[in-house]
Amino acid sequence: MTICGKAIKFGDNVDTDVILPGQYLVLTDPMELAKHTMEGLDHAFLRKIQDGAIIVAGKNFGCGSSREQAPLALKHAGVKCVLAESFARIFYRNAITIGLPVLECLGVSSKVKEGDELTVDLGAGKVENKSKNLVLQATRLPEFIMEILDDGGLIEHLRRRIRWE
Amino acid sequence: MNIIEKILARASGKEEVSPGEIVEASIDVAMIHDLTGPLAIESFRKIGAKKVWDNQRIVIILDHIVPASSVKSAELHKVVRNFAEEQKIDNFYDIGQGGVCHQLMPEKGHVRPGELIVGADSHTCTYGAFGAFATGIGSTEMAAVFVTGTLWFKVPEVIKINVTGRFQNFVTPKDLILNIIGQIKADGAIYNGLEFAGPTIGNMSIDGRMVLCNMAVEMGAKTGIIEPHQTTLNYVKNRTTKPFKPVKSDPDATYKKVLDVDVTDLEPQVSCPHSVDNVKPISEVDEVGVDQAFIGSCTNGRLEDLRLAAKLLEGRKVRNGVRLLVAPASQEVYLEALKEGLIKTFLEAGAILCNPTCGPCLGGHLGLLAPGETCISSSNRNFAGRMGSPEAYVYLASPATVAASAVTGKITDPRLLKEA
Repeated sequence: MTICGKAIKFGDNVDTDVILPGQYLVLTDPMELAKHTMEGLDHAFLRKIQDGAIIVAGKNFGCGSSREQAPLALKHAGVKCVLAESFARIFYRNAITIGLPVLECLGVSSKVKEGDELTVDLGAGKVENKSKNLVLQATRLPEFIMEILDDGGLIEHLRRRIRWE
Repeated sequence: MNIIEKILARASGKEEVSPGEIVEASIDVAMIHDLTGPLAIESFRKIGAKKVWDNQRIVIILDHIVPASSVKSAELHKVVRNFAEEQKIDNFYDIGQGGVCHQLMPEKGHVRPGELIVGADSHTCTYGAFGAFATGIGSTEMAAVFVTGTLWFKVPEVIKINVTGRFQNFVTPKDLILNIIGQIKADGAIYNGLEFAGPTIGNMSIDGRMVLCNMAVEMGAKTGIIEPHQTTLNYVKNRTTKPFKPVKSDPDATYKKVLDVDVTDLEPQVSCPHSVDNVKPISEVDEVGVDQAFIGSCTNGRLEDLRLAAKLLEGRKVRNGVRLLVAPASQEVYLEALKEGLIKTFLEAGAILCNPTCGPCLGGHLGLLAPGETCISSSNRNFAGRMGSPEAYVYLASPATVAASAVTGKITDPRLLKEA
């Protein structure tokens, strides 16, 4: 799986309350959720996502609540992948579950600038910064996680498995 | 092995597990609430499942936005109610039967030492206070649990926090955990387990233990845990009829690191906006006026918290211009507080009593903040926009500090509150 797009940068400890404020958790339509993505942090986000699609962040991306609505909102707002120095574990699991690729990539926050053109080879865990002519090695995802992402998320993955068994 | 490794080994049918290993484990109890439940139910249906794996192991609690504050939230409650009925979930707690999920789960006997518990809520780690391995997961992963009864876990490395010393008056376990968060920081325990140990923990009440484990997630930890002592067993045995097998860490268990904390000289701690790890001793907090004060939540809405707050509010008044909201964490806590006269004290002081709900803590309903307003809260998160406007300021502290601040109208050390 290869993903291309421009980088949108964020700092450390981006929490789920700024990714999707709690007052919108009553919304059930993912497209409605998407309209409020990053509302707590960056009002220009929905404009920026028009020309970028890969979030590049610092440490502990997605910390805070267990709300799956946070990665859902990002995915439906048009985010194709999130690269970060590290992730909060529930967000990390939720992102994979809903089919939003996430990669831990040491050094990514210093070696990628806003707007840089990136190509991510998910299987190999390689992040190419075309604007800087750099290649970064991310932590590769285990096989069973790649299978979930290849299937498009945990729901599809289980549907397949349950039919097989 | 340490306590976490032992529980994960037992739940995955292995003799032994070690950090980094990925295991498929059987879930003992699974919990959803009104904000994460509907999405779990939707995913459950999308997977194509008709029946949950075990209707006795599922607990459903309406607590986040209760009673419904809008037609939207009423619709969510209805989805959850219908599912509970359809799947014959006996452990369904509707409005008026329960309270905040992390208080209710142990209160109703759904948490037992040695068990593996998942909840579609990040503060599920609270149950570590009872020697269970408990952690938060997302809605669709919960749907997978509802279908299969199992989930994958990476066995975490564990940081041991060894606590010694005696607390000063009006210094509480909340001050201890805020201090620890200030040291470890918001990302300092990512993917790790935290085990709280030492003589101070051994002497700590159940309510206090729950505060410590509750906030483990604010350091990124997978869970917080305390090995079961007599205090734990006394509490649990009174509330459950199911058998359980407590486990403890072996004397030669391995840890990633050990952190020693002495509470003897610990002063009240305050977590300043907009990050939980932005912690200062109260003496180093500049004068900060408050518009609202909140006592409640899964962190500090228990009887011990209400007693402490009432002690400070007895014979005093909430300062003009300050709103004090008090939300007992459960029906049981509310009733006990009523019997002890605490509710009367709150009302006479000029506080407003809310029903048991998570509402104010997550900015879901009740007492949302306007731009520019400041709130001091006994809850667990002070992220921008957490309790209302992204331009509001939230300070986290103990119920004692919150009560003292409500009286003076500015962030106040409860030890220094003048005689009433």
